[in-house]
Amino acid sequence: MTTFPPHPNTLMTEKTIPAIDLPDAEAQCAELAELIRPRLQADTVLVGIHSGGVWVARRLRELLGLGNEIGLIDVSFYRDDYGERGLHARVKPSSIPFDVEGRPLILVDDVLFTGRTTRAAINELFDYGRPASIQLAVLADRGRRQLPISADFCPWRVELDPSQELILSAEANGRLHWSVAASA
Amino acid sequence: MHNPQLNANGELTHLLSIEGLPREVINHILDTASSFLKVSHRDVKKVPLLRGKSVFNVFFENSTRTRTTFEIAAKRLSADVINLDVTRSSTAKGETLLDTVDNLVAMHADMFVVRHAASGAPHLIADHLRRLRRNDVHVVNAGDGRHAHPTQGLLDMYTIRHYKKDFANLVVAIVGDILHSRVARSDIHALTTLGAAEVRAVGPQTLLPTAIETMGVRVCHDMSEGLRDCDVVIMLRLQNERMNGALLPSAREYFRCYGLSPAMLALARPDAIVMHPGPMNRGVEIDSDVADGPQAVILPQVTFGIAVRMAVMGILAGN
Repeated sequence: MTTFPPHPNTLMTEKTIPAIDLPDAEAQCAELAELIRPRLQADTVLVGIHSGGVWVARRLRELLGLGNEIGLIDVSFYRDDYGERGLHARVKPSSIPFDVEGRPLILVDDVLFTGRTTRAAINELFDYGRPASIQLAVLADRGRRQLPISADFCPWRVELDPSQELILSAEANGRLHWSVAASA
Repeated sequence: MHNPQLNANGELTHLLSIEGLPREVINHILDTASSFLKVSHRDVKKVPLLRGKSVFNVFFENSTRTRTTFEIAAKRLSADVINLDVTRSSTAKGETLLDTVDNLVAMHADMFVVRHAASGAPHLIADHLRRLRRNDVHVVNAGDGRHAHPTQGLLDMYTIRHYKKDFANLVVAIVGDILHSRVARSDIHALTTLGAAEVRAVGPQTLLPTAIETMGVRVCHDMSEGLRDCDVVIMLRLQNERMNGALLPSAREYFRCYGLSPAMLALARPDAIVMHPGPMNRGVEIDSDVADGPQAVILPQVTFGIAVRMAVMGILAGN
């Protein structure tokens, strides 16, 4: 996947997004499920990070036919940029409806970028107990990590300009799809 | 008009009073509190939000209960908490309020939780900090004189929202010593802002402030009229010292007229909830059968109070 430089005659505003071909997020969920399947253990549980990660985790649970409930976490209380950003966005309650002690967990997010969200999520999970292991599953890996974190399962590596935001959204019918926007 | 509680971006930077808080700000606090509520059920009852921050509990008036709930809330946010019993130290030696504040700012305080017998003291501190251009230091009013007790008001709103979901059709009766109650004032402002259908102020003439109708409440001197078909009953503590003055004939007389007995509660809607900010005087304003009965939500109020105070401190320290 490549991004195209703006045409020299095109007047670029900050809002203009160079067109890239975005893959079908639903097909990627299926791909991700197949990557995970061989590594599943009997008591593996999925933990989705709000909000994109939760959608993907729900999809994976269906596709993998997991009986366990998934966990949901909102990392707002664990973010390292709280000093600059404060508590603005609506924080959703984290809900881990199982004992994490000794469980193999798969942390699920939509996009892996700097790695800071993953760091916050791992810290939060350890406040619920000591899991046997944590693996990371993401739909998209944008590179440009700022922490020593990598995904264990990922169907799509994509190069984007840091000023761009890769957004997973859910349509009214629940279908997931990708879009790219200029960062706020 | 300049609102001393909001910063230049319209974000909450001090919590001084519920009066003048926009509805969205109140809802943001209540929504955030519901996320914090879950933290207290976990193995590790702490989040790292205020790690490295110093919260000073500055209580110029004694209140172990309120101070403790703020201390627990700050500690669950990982803040360092310093409790100052100012009445016994600096103030007793003649230091002024603002000198005390300057000293604590010099110790790199990030937040003050202030209780003071004089209405307006937290406001004075917030003004002083603005003049010093210290918009990184935040003030929470933990009760000032007869003026306000905003975190109690917010936890009451959290409790009502938890059990009743929506304020639009609610009839709320606030019963007792409204004259001396900062809780009542905060509750009335919050309920009107959130759009409760009717707020009743119930009590004897001597314990209701004059012109309280101007706050948008219905005044009832008769307890049965006040309770009839209401959804929420908020009982206020009758402070013992009021008995000695000329305001009331006797505790027994008071209980007969304004105490919440099972028979009185039966006049409210069958699913009405009973609240009390504590500490309760059983047999003075509330019957034990009611206080321990199925409609009382007095202990859940305490639990919600921690989460609401965590939300307030978490939001302020980030703005």
